[in-house]
Amino acid sequence: MTLPLPIPKITLSGITKTFPGVRALHEVGLELYPGEVTALIGENGAGKSTLVKTMTGIYQPDAGEIRIDSLPVELPSPHAAFRLGITAIHQETVLFDELSVAENIFLGHAPKTRFKTVDWRGMRERAGKLLGEIGAGHIAPDERLKDLSIANKHLVAVARALSVDADIVIMDEPTAALSFKEIQDLFELIEILKKNGKAILFISHKFDEIYRIADRYTVFRDGAMVGKGLIKDTNQNEVVRLMVGRSVDHVFPKKSVEIGEEILTVAGYCHPTEFADINFTLHKGEILGFYGLVGAGRSELMQALFGITKPSKGAVKIAGEIAVIRSPAEAVEKGIVYVPEERGKQGVIVDLPIFQNISLPSLDRTSQNGFLKLVEEFALAREYAARLDLRAASLDQNAGTLSGGNQQKVVIAKWLATQPRVIILDEPTKGIDIGSKAAVHAFMGELAANGLAVIMISSELPEIMGMSDRIVVMREGRIAAVLENNEELKAEALVRAAAGIGEEAA
Amino acid sequence: MKTLVRSREFWLAVIIAVMIVATNFRSPGFASPGNLASIFNDTAILLILALGQMTVILTRSIDLSMASNLALTGMIVALINAAYPAIPVPALMVLAAFCGVVLGAFNGALVWLLGIPAIVVTLGTLTIYRGLIFLIAGGQWVNADAMSSSFVQLTRTDLLGLPLLSWYAIVVAAGFFLLMTRTSVGRSIYAIGVNPTASIYAGIDVGRTKFVAFCLSGMLSGFCGYLWVSRYVIGSVEVAKGYELTIVAACVIGGISIAGGVGTVVGAVLGALFLGVINSALPVINISPFWQMAISGAAIILAVVLNARGEKRGGRVILRQAESAS
Repeated sequence: MTLPLPIPKITLSGITKTFPGVRALHEVGLELYPGEVTALIGENGAGKSTLVKTMTGIYQPDAGEIRIDSLPVELPSPHAAFRLGITAIHQETVLFDELSVAENIFLGHAPKTRFKTVDWRGMRERAGKLLGEIGAGHIAPDERLKDLSIANKHLVAVARALSVDADIVIMDEPTAALSFKEIQDLFELIEILKKNGKAILFISHKFDEIYRIADRYTVFRDGAMVGKGLIKDTNQNEVVRLMVGRSVDHVFPKKSVEIGEEILTVAGYCHPTEFADINFTLHKGEILGFYGLVGAGRSELMQALFGITKPSKGAVKIAGEIAVIRSPAEAVEKGIVYVPEERGKQGVIVDLPIFQNISLPSLDRTSQNGFLKLVEEFALAREYAARLDLRAASLDQNAGTLSGGNQQKVVIAKWLATQPRVIILDEPTKGIDIGSKAAVHAFMGELAANGLAVIMISSELPEIMGMSDRIVVMREGRIAAVLENNEELKAEALVRAAAGIGEEAA
Repeated sequence: MKTLVRSREFWLAVIIAVMIVATNFRSPGFASPGNLASIFNDTAILLILALGQMTVILTRSIDLSMASNLALTGMIVALINAAYPAIPVPALMVLAAFCGVVLGAFNGALVWLLGIPAIVVTLGTLTIYRGLIFLIAGGQWVNADAMSSSFVQLTRTDLLGLPLLSWYAIVVAAGFFLLMTRTSVGRSIYAIGVNPTASIYAGIDVGRTKFVAFCLSGMLSGFCGYLWVSRYVIGSVEVAKGYELTIVAACVIGGISIAGGVGTVVGAVLGALFLGVINSALPVINISPFWQMAISGAAIILAVVLNARGEKRGGRVILRQAESAS
């Protein structure tokens, strides 16, 4: 090698970040080079977003060093990171909908007149110029941000980055909400940024995008850096292997259960924008895992099955009978219940007592002519709280006083009390402690053993492979594969199906 | 006991008691049972209306049309009584409640089916219902001469030392206490107020529950339409004009959170009584009516401040010793 080694624009080394009970990052390193795109690759929970938050001054690392242009820097606040030329563009752009494009670009550093008032004309002119530079001349500086498409909002975010001469641009899943055409435009923009010498960190789950745009890659797994290199020196299977790393053990207590008769059949299920051509069956005693990237349409499918959104066509059969589900109440009546992903917003009602949370969907059974029978209501709550081993001083206390794991138990208890036939669990162990996680897993196994049919959405490979009998992999709103979960199933196969990497690439 | 002392209802009751005792020093006899009964009777209509407003506010809505509903319904029953004195008054009371439900259901349907914010809907119907009075009465008043004696007497007749009007308020308060604490409708009203999203996921129809709340507030408004016309012996376009804000004030003072989901029947009752006591006490101690308005206003702001402070919690329970202590 006679060429001089490129010098990184920003170097992170030995970054460690610990949250109570979780080590999110363990001595990770990352370099970004001027004029190059580095892809950050890893499963959900590998520590990618924690790293982004460290780089943008939202989190402070417990240990480690950040250098920009070889000089050590401190990033005590998002503002400090911004001033040092680090800027991030998120999946859901964080800008101000009610302000104009120009105001968004210059918020916090608006050009001033002699009298220290905002120089509106100068601001609009400079905004127009910046937008022109990135090939976004079609966006008028006076437009309200809320009138723009997501792709155009990204462009505004990029213009904002350029307005402070940011040299380090972090793109956190920027393509997740974009159409194919918009993605191509974004890539052209990235090429422009590369030519201008920006160091770019590109986070995506989509391998085709990474191979299209990135020069380098860095792979994270379980909060550690497990590999890096030049994209041209590697292939997709190599990267998938690094990502998954271990052979995922079947460590969860899924009991071998006699799979019973078919309880739920979904055929030709479609939604105008969220999913299409969904066909699957679910049996008594079965745990059916749903795997896929975030945004693959898994939750949206379940919400339609639960009557929250309306599918456009398709049929649902419960125990062989056609079931029309137009509202959650009808779903519950027909025996389908849904434990949503956003526990705090959609699951528990934190300001109501635990017993009222548990009895809420069962009020018909614990009341007569509309009058509540408090003794029976309390008995019902106590029975299911005990079944789930809920730890609470009293069922009278507000659900909000419980830990995340115990809140999840309240939500599950509430649904079991309706005596469902099918229970849908959406990321059931997200954000709960290890102990409660094991309890939820054990309980799921028990439910299946008792003849309940379970659908589990999970983005964690060990969980999905440890618990499921069969695994449905979804990608971009469609079913990409249905896999039997046995000893031969490899985690790589799931990741490949979810990311859309064909077998022939192997 | 500890929770009782901590509750805002307890402190509101204490404040009301202090006000009564303090006024009694300046004007002996103010705290006599007879005077207290008459204050209660004067507050009875406000109390009933506050309970209706409470049910709506709990669902994160507001009913600004209550006073107009009251006036319109009052005019309808007054006109009917004037034209057909033979129709028994209890039937008119039922009719008043029914008219109120219809008017309330119209509000509720707009909120439920068209998804228009309640404040906008009821701001509109506030004017519409008021305008309808003019249309049906042609700008005429209905006064004492036109009303049958039983129409006037059915709020005044004494029963066990209290006028019937007071008894209506007591019965409605007791009924709403049961409704809010012991029925699935009451439970749903609280649930959708505290967390509408989670309520949807729990299978509760949020829109329909709001509709029911508006029907309830309409029913009470209509019933109060009769009570008002009977008590003040007048039906006119001007009846209870501006009163909707007094009703909301009673709720706010009673600790019903404008953000929804928080508030009790006892709180609404005490909020109404607070205003009732102030309105009786201030003239007695020679404070001008202008100061009365200022003091009521200050009480509202003070109540909101106290409630906001009360809702600030001591953070989540993470420590083990805190968990066992709670």
